[in-house]
Amino acid sequence: MNRVPVTAAIALGDDALVLAQRLGEWAGHAPVLEEDVALANIALDLLGQARTLLSMAGDEDQHAYLREEREFRNVQLVEQPNGDFAHTIARQLYFATYQQLMYSELATAQSELEQGGLAALAAKAVKEVAYHRDHAVQWTLRLGDGTPESHERMQRALDALWRYTGELFQPMEGLPVDLPALREPWLAAIGEVVARATLTMPDGPDRTPWAAGAGRQGVHTESFGRMLAEMQHLHRAHPGASW
Amino acid sequence: MTTAPAVEEATESAFLAAFDAAVAADSRIEPRDWMPDAYRATLVRQMAQHAHSEIIGMQPEANWITRAPSLRRKAILMAKVQDEAGHGLYLYSATETLGVGRDELLDKLHSGRQRYSSIFNYPTLTWADVGAIGWLVDGAAITNQVPLCRCSYGPYARAMIRICKEESFHQRQGYELLLTLSRGTAEQHAMAQDAVDRWWWPSLMMFGPPDEESGHSAQSMEWKIKRHSNDELRQRFVDICVPQAEILGLTLPDPDLRWNEERGSYDYGDIDWTEFQQVLRGNGPCNEQRISQRRQAHEDGAWVREAASAYAAKHEGGAR
Ligand SMILES: [Fe+2]
Ligand SMILES: [Fe+2]
Repeated sequence: MNRVPVTAAIALGDDALVLAQRLGEWAGHAPVLEEDVALANIALDLLGQARTLLSMAGDEDQHAYLREEREFRNVQLVEQPNGDFAHTIARQLYFATYQQLMYSELATAQSELEQGGLAALAAKAVKEVAYHRDHAVQWTLRLGDGTPESHERMQRALDALWRYTGELFQPMEGLPVDLPALREPWLAAIGEVVARATLTMPDGPDRTPWAAGAGRQGVHTESFGRMLAEMQHLHRAHPGASW
Repeated sequence: MTTAPAVEEATESAFLAAFDAAVAADSRIEPRDWMPDAYRATLVRQMAQHAHSEIIGMQPEANWITRAPSLRRKAILMAKVQDEAGHGLYLYSATETLGVGRDELLDKLHSGRQRYSSIFNYPTLTWADVGAIGWLVDGAAITNQVPLCRCSYGPYARAMIRICKEESFHQRQGYELLLTLSRGTAEQHAMAQDAVDRWWWPSLMMFGPPDEESGHSAQSMEWKIKRHSNDELRQRFVDICVPQAEILGLTLPDPDLRWNEERGSYDYGDIDWTEFQQVLRGNGPCNEQRISQRRQAHEDGAWVREAASAYAAKHEGGAR
């Protein structure tokens, strides 16, 4: 048996956990009841992925609740606040498209590393994220090609989150997927949806110029600490308790 | 010309006889069947109130999703809140079979013309409240709703069958959450006891006013929309909860609770109906908060719903 690639499991697990946490904030606030159901569905899939991945690296709750902000390895994209519905959809579109490409590669990767359990996870995740992507695509089309207001909001959201997309394609230690190589197919897939939605591809920088790095190096954005404080406080207030 | 009303009256009384016979025979009334206006109105009122309760009921529990103390509990809670949204959806669809759409009902909820269950006007102050809601509030809902699975109106009865299955999961999960806390650290145990102390009486109020004061009951029983009186259901609930509380190792906050050998049931203390009336009138701890969050979500979502209809109109029938 090969060892589970811990760094990769934590990075992918943190992505899924943090996005699930953000989507969980929507509960009871969605624009239509169907979206309360859909967003919870997606959050639950992601939470399931996170639990599997973090368990590969040890105790899931210890990872989720007892690490400090600088120890989290999620990309900055997933920690971005929900914003309006368009921001949430743009975040979903960018991330689910990436996850779909990444998990399809991982599911078919004939690497020895698949013995670590990542391949089994990927096989399940690839079906889940296909639905997440479809959900995001349908809404991008409706918002982009809906009313002038929704068009403007969707464009603003795509533009605002663009700067966090480059990080998705950094190489990742222990992951048998060539992430930089996914950038081209990702751009093509996003470009196709954006065009159909009568929107324009953002053209600003797609990553931070800061040498300290970004999420994968444990460098996060300001709202992330507050998100973690909320997520972790109860667990931390009762050291050693079981729930 | 003078005969027309008479003919109508004759047809109407024939329809009414058929309706009465169907109800008496315990067969289901379906959307296309003739039904008295008052029966339809009663159903719409009750189903709408039920649907509204499902969606307002998401709020007190969603309040803890981001803070759930383990990932397993977070997943369970998210799934539960999602189920409640689903229940709202089934019930709004069931009211549509009576010719009343969701938008109209939501308008009435937002403008205070229709109610939701008063229980959701109480706050969830600690994590243990999530357990207490599951055990007591979902528990009381099941006691109320199981008989509705045999309700005379088909679409409502069928929605209830589906809903009751999920509610009983919720009840067990809440019970298990409280059991874990009760057997946990001293602080966790105290948290569980405090939650039960706060939720017990409001849960008993969920069955509605005592039988002698319940306005709609008699007619609803006759129509087989309702099958047991408020007090009967309340008693059933108390009898289920007392032994469960013992296993939980938690006390129910009623010094008058004791087994009555003669009745084969537990006696319980007087319910504070003034509090019930006050909360019903809008003066509960969270009435304002719940309805304004609902309105806010609806208003914030208006541009999204408009976009969806504009898109659908543009692409009607064509390829997307
Ligand atoms: Fe429910
Ligand atoms: Fe429930």
